[in-house]
Amino acid sequence: MTSTPFEYAPAPESRSVVDIAPSYGLFIDGEFVDAADGKVFKTVSPSTEEVLSEVAQAGAEDVDRAVKAARKAFEKWSALPGAERAKYLFRIARIIQERSRELAVLETLDNGKPIKETRDADLPLVAAHFFYYAGWADKLDHAGYGPNPAPLGVAGQVIPWNFPLLMLAWKIAPALATGNTVVLKPAETTPLSALFFADICRQAGLPRGVVNILPGYGDAGAALTAHPDVNKVAFTGSTAVGKAIARQVAGTDKKVTLELGGKGANIVFDDAPIDQAVEGIVTGIFFNQGQVCCAGSRLLVQESIQEELLDSLKRRLSTLRLGDPLDKNTDIGAINSAEQLARITALADTGEAEGAERWSPSCELPSTGYWFAPTLFTNVTQAHTIARDEIFGPVLSVLSFRTPDEAVAKANNTQYGLSAGIWTEKGSRILAVANKLRAGVVWANTFNKFDPTSPFGGYKESGYGREGGRHGLEAYLDV
Amino acid sequence: MSDRLTVLKTYKLYVGGKFPRSESGRVYEVTDAKGKWLANAPLSSRKDARDAVVAARKAFGGWSGATAYNRGQILYRIAEMLEGRRDQFVREVADAEGLSKSKAAAVVDAAIDRWVWYAGWTDKIGQVVGGANPVAGPYFNLSSPEPTGVVAVLAPQESSFLGLVSVLAPVIATGNTAVVIASEKAPLPALSLGEVLATSDVPGGVVNILTGKTAEIAAPLAAHQDVNAIDLTGADADLARDLEIAAADNLKRVLRPQPVDAEAGPAADWTADPGTRRLTAFLETKTVWHPTGSLGASGSAY
Repeated sequence: MTSTPFEYAPAPESRSVVDIAPSYGLFIDGEFVDAADGKVFKTVSPSTEEVLSEVAQAGAEDVDRAVKAARKAFEKWSALPGAERAKYLFRIARIIQERSRELAVLETLDNGKPIKETRDADLPLVAAHFFYYAGWADKLDHAGYGPNPAPLGVAGQVIPWNFPLLMLAWKIAPALATGNTVVLKPAETTPLSALFFADICRQAGLPRGVVNILPGYGDAGAALTAHPDVNKVAFTGSTAVGKAIARQVAGTDKKVTLELGGKGANIVFDDAPIDQAVEGIVTGIFFNQGQVCCAGSRLLVQESIQEELLDSLKRRLSTLRLGDPLDKNTDIGAINSAEQLARITALADTGEAEGAERWSPSCELPSTGYWFAPTLFTNVTQAHTIARDEIFGPVLSVLSFRTPDEAVAKANNTQYGLSAGIWTEKGSRILAVANKLRAGVVWANTFNKFDPTSPFGGYKESGYGREGGRHGLEAYLDV
Repeated sequence: MSDRLTVLKTYKLYVGGKFPRSESGRVYEVTDAKGKWLANAPLSSRKDARDAVVAARKAFGGWSGATAYNRGQILYRIAEMLEGRRDQFVREVADAEGLSKSKAAAVVDAAIDRWVWYAGWTDKIGQVVGGANPVAGPYFNLSSPEPTGVVAVLAPQESSFLGLVSVLAPVIATGNTAVVIASEKAPLPALSLGEVLATSDVPGGVVNILTGKTAEIAAPLAAHQDVNAIDLTGADADLARDLEIAAADNLKRVLRPQPVDAEAGPAADWTADPGTRRLTAFLETKTVWHPTGSLGASGSAY
């Protein structure tokens, strides 16, 4: 970026707080072990393409071994008094708090997201999630699912790369609190924080086999969700894989929760506080480089304020700092992988080819690593690919509307139904519009807020089941 | 007994508040438990199924947007109307299921009472499964249940009336609209229920009742992109698996066939306390956030 009043001196967070080993095994039955077939894969830092570590790659045989370990551990773990399970989870929450800077740096290195986010969003939420569900473990009788709600057994969990440790927390905390045991597969591009979590389990003294971590690719995930001795499948990721899982479990007794894609509409009415709305739009689509299933990737702006809003938005985008994710002043980090960058690039190119107008602030991209400038498309119609497909990147499609009814119709005109935003000073309009939106999370005059007590999950093809809050317990109980 | 010739009823489908025949023009013979002819019932086609979905979708906005109190009143009205036609349903259920008159009467009474049970649930389920969430920040945060949308319901094959009511009532109590496939071999009580619904202030399209071959009608419903959920109660294991696979195409919410209490027997199972499970199966949870600001943050004591 050229010299601006916003140019800051470098302020990198120290890497020395984290010690990444040159290689890691699979975490099965309380021990780090090699993959049965000896396969390994490299995990790289997306901002530098530096190899961070070499990680054992789980295959079907390892999945079987891990499920057996989890099954064996289930008997004792589920029979523990809830108060004892709770104390393990409280321990884990506390150790995460103690090690949060280390984990934040690690996550930033492996994922590419800014340290500002891992430090201030991911890690506090991870600890809070364990703390929250710890408290449920001995109160399940009072959760509204009848007396003595029983756990399901072994949970097979597959998580994405966009919030690696937070998605782990969303999966593991409620599973353990309710007395299930876990086999979790982190994404192939971000295995490290899950492996550090295995070490936290060791420090917390968690019994062997209660948590098993299997780094690997989609084949390992498919083997896990298909395993006949898995009682519960929890998946966060793409809608295509979610549908494959839904087909795979058909006719079984497996309980399933799916948290999938989205194409969230962020609706700005003419009476909205413009500056706050602009901040909310930026948070909505540029938080975590837009690699967020609940991103506000469609901006629906009332026609009468479109020009004013876009001017403010462009001005604001020009001040975003893109670069070293470890720099404390960085707003936009790296895209998680070369594959994801290629996908974003292709979809943005399609947007241009289909006739939408593309704009980015002048923005110098680092020469190594995977980067994509914040991008805004105007002249977008509902038929455009970029208004329909989830891009999962820092790309905002702008559409306009005239009436609240039109805004709702456009917002709901999608296969997805995960999130939406409403910006207006009029309370009754917020409630009326929120009521009509077919989305699981609606942020009014705010966006991308998360909390362990707040249920999260989608309508329609954004999946089913809820994570978080009392609702999140149901997914792991035989009710 | 006079030797007057009785007037037979032409049993027709119930779709969009009207009573059409199957567009295919097909019917099939319905007999009582002993094989005696009772009536010809419409043999619904795939087109009938699609028409029913269109009607159910059209009705969804109004029904889901009605107040819970209003929905409760209407469900209670169904019980009132059924009570008045109790004798007719006792006869139909006795014929359909081969029950004695007293046993059939008990089944019909239980079905009427089930409508009353669910009528009372409409304005309570939201408080039981929703509520405010104490988030760690200056935000108002509220979770509320909302209906999933259009639900395809495969009514139980054995319990032609109590079972049917037990799977249908929770679907519409929560504001969904329904396309119901009646018991294949005992469809008449379901078709007569359509006549009750039509006179109970239930808006047209909220409940649509089809008869015919369950597998033939269910396949297009399970694959339909404008159906949001499917209740597989009336499917056997093989059909249930196939339909669940088809339902994955647009990620329908699927309620699998529930294991039947073997000791109590399949008929007795429907008399048990239904709990809230069938209500929550077709509810989404919507969570709305709004900033609260922070009055008094500077230490005021109010």
